[in-house]
Amino acid sequence: MFKILDVAGSGLAAQQLRLNTVASNLANADTVSGDPAAVYRARHVKFQAVEGGVRVTGVVESQAEPLKRHEPGNPLADENGFVYAPRVDAVGEMVNMISASRSYQNNLEVMNTSKELLLRTLMMGQ
Amino acid sequence: MALDLDAYLSLHANALSIRARRAEVLANNLANADTPGFKARDIDFAAALKAATSAPASPPAAPNTNGTPPADPLAPFIKYRLPSQPSLDGNTVEVDSERAAFMDNAVRYQASLTFLNSRIKSLMQALTGE
Repeated sequence: MFKILDVAGSGLAAQQLRLNTVASNLANADTVSGDPAAVYRARHVKFQAVEGGVRVTGVVESQAEPLKRHEPGNPLADENGFVYAPRVDAVGEMVNMISASRSYQNNLEVMNTSKELLLRTLMMGQ
Repeated sequence: MALDLDAYLSLHANALSIRARRAEVLANNLANADTPGFKARDIDFAAALKAATSAPASPPAAPNTNGTPPADPLAPFIKYRLPSQPSLDGNTVEVDSERAAFMDNAVRYQASLTFLNSRIKSLMQALTGE
């Protein structure tokens, strides 16, 4: 029974990391750069089922080409007047955030219920 | 009249441990609700309880000397769920039904616990004779 707390805890940690990447992607959605190689790339977590819960096996960076915009007035623009913006799918990230937060809540509920049951089991026979 | 303490308590004790294992399996489903390709599982409670109660009482398994954990006696009763609406990424966890199953399991766990407690209480009452 004590294993449930580990399982739910691994779920909480994984969803927390997913929320972190969503926050990072949204915060950097407008971080432009004059160099297409140095531009921020959207990050996504990779989940894997393991014995006793879920594990984050890595954070992958999006391979999508950055958006090229002509902004000669921008101090970050390159010599041709172009800036490069990361291709962050804001709507997709919001959906990701809602999904992660729901899953987080589910895991938390599992943890609370298990704690309650464990405490009652400890009182058995008293 | 001899009282077989083991038989007196074993039904609810067995039910309680199977419920605890089922809660673990369901918690695992919920933790992997967003893992691509994960297949949801559940325990066939009725079959597991039947096997546990019909099996002759055996002493608890001794820990293996080579350090590996003893085999899970409930492993044969853990089955894969049939999804009512499979998703594209191969995940078969249906969060709402898993949550409902987890809650149902928690309530039944408490029921078993209450039965066990009342049995212990009546035994204590008989012992003290008050």
